[in-house]
Amino acid sequence: MASVSLKHVRKSFGRTEVVHDVDIAIEDGEFVVLVGPSGCGKSTLLRMIAGLEEITSGEIHIGELLVNTVAPKQRDIAMVFQNYALYPHMTVFGNMAFSMKLAGCGKREQRERVGEAARILGLEAYLDRYPRQLSGGQRQRVAMGRAIVRKPQVFLFDEPLSNLDAKLRVQMRTEIRELHQRLKTTSIYVTHDQIEAMTMADKIVVMNGGHVEQIGSPLELYDFPANLFVAGFIGSPAMNFLDGILVTTPMGRGVRIAPDSIVSIESTREPDGRQVVLGVRPEHLMIKESQSAGMAANDAAGIEAEVIVTEPTGADTQIFCRVAGKEVVAISRQRHLFPAATRIRLAAQSGKTCLFDSDTGQRL
Amino acid sequence: MNGQPIRRWLDNRNALGILFMFPAAAILVVFLTYPLGLGVWLGFTDAKVGRGGEWIGIENYQWLWEDSVFRLSIFNTFLYTVVASVIKFGLGLWLALLLNRRLPFKSFLRAIVLLPFIVPTVLSAIAFWWIYDAQFSVVSWALVKLGVIDEYINFLGEPHLARASTIAANVWRGVPFVAICLLAGLQTISPTLYEAAAIDGATPWQQFRNVTLPMLSPIIAVVMTFSVLFTFTDFQLIWVLTRGGPINSTHLMATLSFQRAIPGGALGEGAAIATAMIPFLLAAILFSYFGLQRRRWQQGGRDS
Repeated sequence: MASVSLKHVRKSFGRTEVVHDVDIAIEDGEFVVLVGPSGCGKSTLLRMIAGLEEITSGEIHIGELLVNTVAPKQRDIAMVFQNYALYPHMTVFGNMAFSMKLAGCGKREQRERVGEAARILGLEAYLDRYPRQLSGGQRQRVAMGRAIVRKPQVFLFDEPLSNLDAKLRVQMRTEIRELHQRLKTTSIYVTHDQIEAMTMADKIVVMNGGHVEQIGSPLELYDFPANLFVAGFIGSPAMNFLDGILVTTPMGRGVRIAPDSIVSIESTREPDGRQVVLGVRPEHLMIKESQSAGMAANDAAGIEAEVIVTEPTGADTQIFCRVAGKEVVAISRQRHLFPAATRIRLAAQSGKTCLFDSDTGQRL
Repeated sequence: MNGQPIRRWLDNRNALGILFMFPAAAILVVFLTYPLGLGVWLGFTDAKVGRGGEWIGIENYQWLWEDSVFRLSIFNTFLYTVVASVIKFGLGLWLALLLNRRLPFKSFLRAIVLLPFIVPTVLSAIAFWWIYDAQFSVVSWALVKLGVIDEYINFLGEPHLARASTIAANVWRGVPFVAICLLAGLQTISPTLYEAAAIDGATPWQQFRNVTLPMLSPIIAVVMTFSVLFTFTDFQLIWVLTRGGPINSTHLMATLSFQRAIPGGALGEGAAIATAMIPFLLAAILFSYFGLQRRRWQQGGRDS
């Protein structure tokens, strides 16, 4: 097992730079997920760690070793590919034993180590089968088995679950996580699925456009996103964003979203009149009451909203509404079933809102 | 009421099937089965040009069995086929591997490799005839000018040289087919397999041995079967270059058959020689039939 560190890593294809100055420090035994939309450079980064792509500049260390120019096989890593990359002409055993065969291990050791990995992954009954005869989930396990038998310093996963159906994906997610807790091998996992990132990672690296947007634990990213991109990317349904102006009311500081809609926030050092983006998670939007009861029109605390549609999922209800021309989602534990076009007032739970600079998108 | 039976007949699936099959079957019978059957039958007669033959049983074959030229032609055919096929396979695989890499002007180079294949055989044979000419050979000229040899090489005039020269010409012509087919096969191999192999610790040679070659084997079987069949039945190249000479040293079964039958007029004997090729070709086809059977790893599986 080993730590992995990336320092000022850059990658260019021709004249286009696709990875810009990336710094990531991965501790020994950590499970790190690189997440971002497609084309954000996360897979390229992983392939650079694996040695399948050259590094244009910067340094990558695995353990103490500077691996910039070290061949993949000498980096002591194992990789699980998106399409599994199993050798179709070899049996499951052959696939898993291939690296040992190349390294000149004896037949007995091959059988022992493959047997051990097969036992962990529940593949003992399939060792004589060919990859074609296996289901997607079984192939996925063989690909992991091939990685395990090598007992590498670092596991690299390149979107390993994206070819599986939804149910199997959830199951394999847990299996990979269990495997990591058992083997405690440093793992780097690439995915575009933020739920996978949230559920599996010790540490998430959010990437966008070749830049690292934020590094942190799943809940850190969820509660304290560094910028609008991370705030919008992590969490489902996504965080609501509302444009507004900072004001001071008798009740304290607030953000005015519309003439009669003010969301109160905790104190901030920013001056009144500043343009900001207010971020509120759907579960932190509460429904105050229906406006039909002839309440005072000048009650500015809260957001005036018009219901578009309500979607009960059983456990909770998602209420899609329009606020100041923008679509907003609120999740309520209560089973509200508003007809369309009902006017309601929403309030944000205090202390659960985020403020972002409307120009730079950075958190204030 | 008159059209009723015909219409009912046309509604019958089997009747309609036979009707649609008829044109294809007719073409096969007229252009394949009849000539083949006629050839085999002629082999059992003493037909000459201008005179219908009488049935003489296996006399032609008994006679050929004693014929040293016929025996030599069998030997030549095997030598020609085996040597040319092995070289074509080696060169073709090498070219395919080269062309499969990231090269500048890749598609241009691939087009160039195909050139020998698209030139009519007779044209390229005539070109080789000039290259091998005893007096005007460009190869001899170049070697003499370079000071490597003192006198012109008689490429087609000496038995061993003539065999080597005809094989070289055949290889030149056959390599593109092998190379392009194998290249197509190489391109179906997923690049991630090589990445996985590289991470598993395979050297480039081990990747070739353990990934490329096994994955390519089905296509190799197809291509080499065709290549062997084409080479075994080769006629044009030899006929233009040497007509089987010198002293029958380059006579293949196909050229000997033609020579005995048409210029020599012995239709029956020529047909017998051609018929004698059939068992060898059948053996090659059977060999490939078993070689071509889907490998175990290609069978089964629900998806992809």
